Amino acid sequence: MTVRQNIEKYPEVWHRFSPRETLMRYVWYLGTVFVAVWSISKLDIPWFYFLDAHVQAKDLAVRMWPPDWDFANQLVKPLIETIHIATLGTFITILIAFPVAFLAARNTTFNALTWFVGRFILVASRSVNTIVWGLLFVAIFGPGPLAGIWAIAFRSIGFMGKLVAEAIEEIDKGTVEAIEATGASRLQVLWIGILPQVLPVIYGTTVYRWDINIRESSVLGFVGAGGIGILLYSSINQFMWQEVTVILIAVLGVVIASEFLSATVRQRIS
Amino acid sequence: MLEIIRLSKVYPTGTVALQDVSFTVDTPQVVTIIGPSGAGKSTLIRCINRLVEPTSGKVMLDDIDVRSLNRRELCKVRRRMGMIFQEYNLVERLTVMENLLSGRLGYVGFWKTYRRKFPPADVVAAFKLLDRVGLSGYQDTRADALSGGERQRVGISRALMQQPDLLLVDEPTASLDPKTSRQIMRLLVELAHEHGTPALVNIHDVGLAQSFADRIIGLSEGRIVFDGTSQQVTAEVLTEIYGEEDWSTTIRKIEEDNDQDTQKGASKHKDRMTRETAA
Ligand SMILES: Nc1ncnc2c1ncn2[C@@H]1O[C@H](COP(=O)(O)OP(=O)(O)O)[C@@H](O)[C@H]1O
Ligand SMILES: [Mg+2]
Repeated sequence: MTVRQNIEKYPEVWHRFSPRETLMRYVWYLGTVFVAVWSISKLDIPWFYFLDAHVQAKDLAVRMWPPDWDFANQLVKPLIETIHIATLGTFITILIAFPVAFLAARNTTFNALTWFVGRFILVASRSVNTIVWGLLFVAIFGPGPLAGIWAIAFRSIGFMGKLVAEAIEEIDKGTVEAIEATGASRLQVLWIGILPQVLPVIYGTTVYRWDINIRESSVLGFVGAGGIGILLYSSINQFMWQEVTVILIAVLGVVIASEFLSATVRQRIS
Repeated sequence: MLEIIRLSKVYPTGTVALQDVSFTVDTPQVVTIIGPSGAGKSTLIRCINRLVEPTSGKVMLDDIDVRSLNRRELCKVRRRMGMIFQEYNLVERLTVMENLLSGRLGYVGFWKTYRRKFPPADVVAAFKLLDRVGLSGYQDTRADALSGGERQRVGISRALMQQPDLLLVDEPTASLDPKTSRQIMRLLVELAHEHGTPALVNIHDVGLAQSFADRIIGLSEGRIVFDGTSQQVTAEVLTEIYGEEDWSTTIRKIEEDNDQDTQKGASKHKDRMTRETAA
């Protein structure tokens, strides 16, 4: 066949989207811009303050510098407490999130009611911010790291439980059937047939959540739930900006270290 | 041993997968079940250990009415039935040894399972089986590192670890190449005979079924349309099971296969030679 015949036989142009689809995409773009403009117009932003924002920012920067390095000595203990809150909170999370995940996964739950209960716990846990959980637990346990640990755990249950439940729903059904066919009990099927399949996800989400929890526990002190946040809060309130700088640098260091650790562990799992 | 009485299965979708299926297996024989895809072979096998709940009829294992059992009792009866799958269904992230020992789960408690603590007799049996299926030295290899043929050897060993009174085998070779298929079928049949265990083997490959079966059951649209020996499978029988087709080549190939199988010894080299002359 000659080139000429080819051209006659096959179309030269090809469109990914039909004209109708193209139109719809522009409608979506316009809609997005509209929503943004509408939100800003409804927010009553005092534009007046915007005018000297750069002056204020520069002023703050000057007051924050140089860092008050002597203050660093006092940070070691609260920093370690912050890490402990995150670690213990994550630990409690595993113990609670794993059973909840089994209730919330369609293929391992007992009945519609247990499934609903599982899902409800996950959604409830996630819909409340860690700081708000912190406020609640300070009310229960009084101020201190114990409240922080439970706040971290209660927020993390939803996160981990959801990811693990999704992993459980995606396991290989055949393997589970094979273990059932050996005459294994429900608990054994869970332990031998299901757990090994979701273990990588459990490891991965645990270190990932631990890393998030380090960041979260560093502000829990704002509501009195322990950790470095208490110092940060009091330094800000006393306008000790040079101390604030040291605290922020210290938190940054810990967060970078934990993120590096978590990334390394997750890479080794996969 | 095993008696199936007027077994029927209607899926919730309305599909009638089995209609009035009855047969008895009362000697340690290898029974292959042939039939086109969708004939109900898998359903039949799965109704026996109740991975699928039958709609009506009876499944009798010795004097036990399998359908009448509660969950606990069912677990006990399932121990006595080893199952082997097309997709092997091993626990991929566990080692070969753990997969073999999982065949003993029905006999150990949860705490021992948790600690992976199995009785010495089970461990000995596992090593012995590994040796028998040609996988000695593989005990610490993870299942996901094995080839298809090796996985099915583990699958067979796991089922035999149960010391079952019956083997339920669903398309054991459908995911394997022709040569490995024959090796696996031969191993399966040899082991079934060695242990004196009756086996029900689903298989869609007529040639493979005929080469290795003591008895063949033909299933078509959920009904048994043939029950006899390999020699009794004629073109007419195949037409009844699978529908109209020119079966002359299939039949001839089977006869050649049978001749070869009776002529040759176990040596792999010889196996390859005969297969090449056949091709
Ligand atoms: N879980 C199921 N739900 C509904 N229909 C099913 C299910 N499993 C199998 N079937 C249907 O039952 C019939 C028999 O299937 P199956 O036993 O898998 O046949 P075979 O193993 O011989 O290929 C088919 O028509 C199939 O579509
Ligand atoms: Mg099938």
